[in-house]
Amino acid sequence: MSSVRKLNPRDWRAHPDQAHQAYKSTYLRSHSRRLMPLEQSISELSAPVFGHDSVGELDSDLTRSAVRDGEPLGERIIVAGRVLDENGRPVRGALVEVWQANAAGRYHHVQDMHDAPLDPNFRGTGRTLTDDDGRYRFVTIRPGAYPWRNHSNAWRPAHIHFSVFGTAFVQRLVTQMYFPGDPLLALDPIFNSTPDPAARGRLVSQFAPNLTQPEWALGFQFDIVLRGRLETPRES
Amino acid sequence: MPSQTPSQTVGPFFSHALTPSGAAARTVPGNRLAGDGTPGTAIRIEGMFVDGAGNPVPDGMIEIWQANDDGRYADGSGSFLGFGRAGTDTSGRYWFRTIKPGSVDSRSAPHINVAVFARGMLNHLFTRIYFSDEGEANAADRVLESVDPARRETLVATRCEGDGMATYEFTLRLQGEQETVFFDA
Repeated sequence: MSSVRKLNPRDWRAHPDQAHQAYKSTYLRSHSRRLMPLEQSISELSAPVFGHDSVGELDSDLTRSAVRDGEPLGERIIVAGRVLDENGRPVRGALVEVWQANAAGRYHHVQDMHDAPLDPNFRGTGRTLTDDDGRYRFVTIRPGAYPWRNHSNAWRPAHIHFSVFGTAFVQRLVTQMYFPGDPLLALDPIFNSTPDPAARGRLVSQFAPNLTQPEWALGFQFDIVLRGRLETPRES
Repeated sequence: MPSQTPSQTVGPFFSHALTPSGAAARTVPGNRLAGDGTPGTAIRIEGMFVDGAGNPVPDGMIEIWQANDDGRYADGSGSFLGFGRAGTDTSGRYWFRTIKPGSVDSRSAPHINVAVFARGMLNHLFTRIYFSDEGEANAADRVLESVDPARRETLVATRCEGDGMATYEFTLRLQGEQETVFFDA
């Protein structure tokens, strides 16, 4: 498939080290041998195509998709942005999945034992496909911070998990979006596992007046950048 | 030009979103990629996901991307998506019901592309599943050829006979003597 252009490598200045001293769960869950270089072929450069039947009508509105007897509690927000590649081109039809804690900092997950209330009207999971400009948009509830047992008095900053597919399997990205001005960011081993401050900054959403809807919800912008295509080799 | 968004761990609490059961599973790709009507040889892939201490990883996620029976990757036009997801269970095990992929070209043995995720993994890892009953094709595969012969077998799923269906066992090991070969693709 010479028609498919190869991708830039994963940018290891941007991505975290796999074994990160301050994040204890990495000790036994990081590979110990060098990653083997793999020349990209059709196996790496193709990816699943998710059609419109792979997302439901309410899947991008987390404030409505799991309602039982009322609205979910908390601060309603709009989270929107674009999925782009490093060439600045929109990634169209990309499946974007999100999951998050509720306003009290509790996940709708059987293993989450945090002593905080579940919200019967909030499941905290969403899905959407990007449009032709690479845009996505979710309506949700601002998630709460929650404690974890990595170290004494450890708290995760409020965050929303994102899972994104590109047009090549090796563009796959799972990441977390944070909120601007959160004092817990400086203390969080997972956020700080990314050594480059500029790269860390790309994990923090921006308050966006243009996304904010009067009398209704604050807006936050979060753009996601996947690996781009190598520039076409010059003809000799 | 924009720069890559850093990866972050999938964390411990993703299964209700990414590998759900029940009504929520309706639109989310799961671990059954193929049914009885899918052209090709029905197979089951199963195995264990273990950490550096040899303990099961009970909160991992395995994603697979594969060609169809003819060695072609789906482009969205047919019914076979070619993509699946499985969460590991409390004993660290996962399984897929799929079909055996064809060879994608003359220098490639049948294989399945794998992405591995878990709490404690800040970046997902890529590997491949080859098949133990494809000895000749495996010997000519250019990717296997590039791997240290002593480590090649970590990429080969072992055929065993399951319930009326060819079943392949594939263990994922994050560390140790038998650490799975992971790729920087």
